[in-house]
Amino acid sequence: MGPVDPEKTSEEIEAARQALASLEADATLVSALIEVQDRVGYLPAHVMQEVARRLGVADTVVHSVASFYNQFRFTHPGRHRIQVCLGTACHVRRGLTILESFERRLGIREGGVTPDLEYGLERVNCIGCCTLAPVAVVDGQVEGRVSPTRVDGILLGHERERKE
Amino acid sequence: MDRWAEIKREARRERPGGVVVEVGTATCGRAAGAIEVASAFEEAVGTDRVIRVGCMGHCYAEPMAVIRSEGWPAVLYGYLTPGKARALVRRIADGDPALEWALGAIEPNDLVPVVDESPRFGGQTRRLLARCGVVDPEDIDCSISAGAYEGLARALRMSPEEIIGEIRASGLRGLGGGGFPAWRKWEACREAPVTPRYVICNADEGDPGAFMDRTIIESDPHSVIEGMIVASLAIGSSEGLVYVRREYPLAVERLRLAVEQAAARGLLGRDILGSGHEFTIRIALGAGAFVCGESTALMYSLEGRRGMPRVRPPRSAEAGLRGKPTLLNNVKTFSSVPLILTGGAQAFASVGTPGSKGTAVFALAGKVLATGLVEVEMGTTLKNIVLDIGGGVPPARKGSTVAGEAGSFPRRLKAVQIGGPSGGCLPESEMDVPVDFDALRAAGAMMGSGGLVVLDEDNCAVETARFFLEFTQKESCGKCTFCRIGTRHMLDILERITRGEGEPDDLGSLEDLAEDIGNGSLCNLGRTAPNPVLTTLRFFRGEYEAHILDKRCPARECKALSAYVIDLARCRRSCDACVGSCPVEAITTREDHLKEIDQTKCVKCHSCWDACPAEYDAVFKVSPPPRERT
Repeated sequence: MGPVDPEKTSEEIEAARQALASLEADATLVSALIEVQDRVGYLPAHVMQEVARRLGVADTVVHSVASFYNQFRFTHPGRHRIQVCLGTACHVRRGLTILESFERRLGIREGGVTPDLEYGLERVNCIGCCTLAPVAVVDGQVEGRVSPTRVDGILLGHERERKE
Repeated sequence: MDRWAEIKREARRERPGGVVVEVGTATCGRAAGAIEVASAFEEAVGTDRVIRVGCMGHCYAEPMAVIRSEGWPAVLYGYLTPGKARALVRRIADGDPALEWALGAIEPNDLVPVVDESPRFGGQTRRLLARCGVVDPEDIDCSISAGAYEGLARALRMSPEEIIGEIRASGLRGLGGGGFPAWRKWEACREAPVTPRYVICNADEGDPGAFMDRTIIESDPHSVIEGMIVASLAIGSSEGLVYVRREYPLAVERLRLAVEQAAARGLLGRDILGSGHEFTIRIALGAGAFVCGESTALMYSLEGRRGMPRVRPPRSAEAGLRGKPTLLNNVKTFSSVPLILTGGAQAFASVGTPGSKGTAVFALAGKVLATGLVEVEMGTTLKNIVLDIGGGVPPARKGSTVAGEAGSFPRRLKAVQIGGPSGGCLPESEMDVPVDFDALRAAGAMMGSGGLVVLDEDNCAVETARFFLEFTQKESCGKCTFCRIGTRHMLDILERITRGEGEPDDLGSLEDLAEDIGNGSLCNLGRTAPNPVLTTLRFFRGEYEAHILDKRCPARECKALSAYVIDLARCRRSCDACVGSCPVEAITTREDHLKEIDQTKCVKCHSCWDACPAEYDAVFKVSPPPRERT
């Protein structure tokens, strides 16, 4: 956990309020959390507290539901989102090697974010592009037949863009 | 009924003359560049002559397009690029259909060979997928012209009992994996004395390595909607829900659009086709939990709670969503319903085996040439699917692991993993097992949701079992102790074995744990979690023993037990390919200019093996790893 930035915190709470206001009256907690995460990007403690307040349930209820589902995350997702597919087809075609390559290059583990919040690394269970295995999704863009060399290439491309 | 005739009349559309292009634009096509190809076609022939259809099922040849032009039959092209698309349009305008790029013609004709002559096409029986890749999923009129909602029109003239009778006569079983006779659920729901009743479609396809449901929704969403409406007539429901994975954004988008369009035509809503029947469909997003494929867990998730299964009975048909009678079926089950009502139960039951009627859809992936979606008649053998339709295991570019071969390097089929995390690994000797709910269960596997992943000799049976157990362990909801802690213990043992730290007692412990987890779990996630371990233990016990006793991985896949080495007799002084490919600078040039891998630095990423030119073929994998020099 980094130092708390009060300005960012209140921005995130405001975004969560807007998301909650857009919901239908009979929306469930799960759909509320999906909507909030789509706006805020993740579910930090202060945002979950806001959800609990608005829906009139205990903080622990919100946390118990949010922690149950894979889609919800409690840490900042990073500006560039890297998802490595580890479905069965990617697994038999060395998907794990690709995840390890990203981990090595970024110096973070699966589920982590680089200290400068530039990259977030996740694993996903099958995105259904089994033919292109092993697959990684970088900022929503599917990269097929990824090799460790291609991992270096992807990251190098991003670094170059950043410098420009 | 007049309303239906009117809708059909309005849906009819004249096909424009000249060139018409149909481009497959489901998720797998998009990943391969289908949108760019479609845009290139649109620029070349005009937007109104390009139809963006769904998935044609041939992932290996994406992006694909069917081109209809005057004087030629409709021809299917694969492996397209925007450049090829532009060239195709030019050449067709010059009267040359570029047959060297064609996979074949769609229908029999005198000019171009038909795709059905190839087993990848002809070996299939496309019924559930009949409209996938043919109609524009974003245009309801296109689906109606191709026969959608015809089954509903018939169902509206039938009594609920007649509809259920028809489903019963068809022999339809739940295609989500369970194989429970569909009509029994329908009848139980209808007989439940409580209202309202709900119809829910389970599109939470969580099996890693399966994408049939996604494809059907992306390519033919109206078949699912139609099936749900018929079910609502049968059980007397006015509210339907589709629970769909949030990881499938395109499927969600197309489903939403399809529901809107169906409502606009009066096929959903207050007074469906003037019959007085009311039914609406809402879409709920799943937030990613494999256990939510389990009916009671899914209902809790829909209520916004943690998706943890509960004790049954009562079954969902009696007390499901919000405690009301709920009919829950899988995407494929619902999309089978229109087929039964349109063609009749007898026609539906005319293919298949005595116990499993109709067809099965598989997502064919892994070490197989022609990956993609495959629909076959029940009773087809695994051998047919993998070797004939799938084209077998692709050969390797080089053959370091196969001694004494030269030229082409065939790879041996090792096993087929069928049914995902709940299913099993069947070896080559079991390839004659037919696709049938009961035959697969007897072989220790499961029909499951339809994932079919092919493994070759480079895949380790223990590692495969570990992979699936890691998945179920992570996805265990934690309610039942045996599933929560037992799978953890099994995973720990499997991890130790793959690291070469296994002990002779481990296999017995795995079997004991497997039995206890199977008996001590409430839902099928836990009950079937040990299947991948049990089947690999049964068919590949020798491989487990090699890991434990010899500290060796026969497939050379387990990283701790294998190493990459360079054969100095084959390495060439002038070549630096492997050195450049290594991401961790583990390969150094020796004084004699040959190369050497530093085993302490090597991360076993396979890059040097890929980089070493086939004519040298100097990089080898060995297991156990060479003993370290002191």
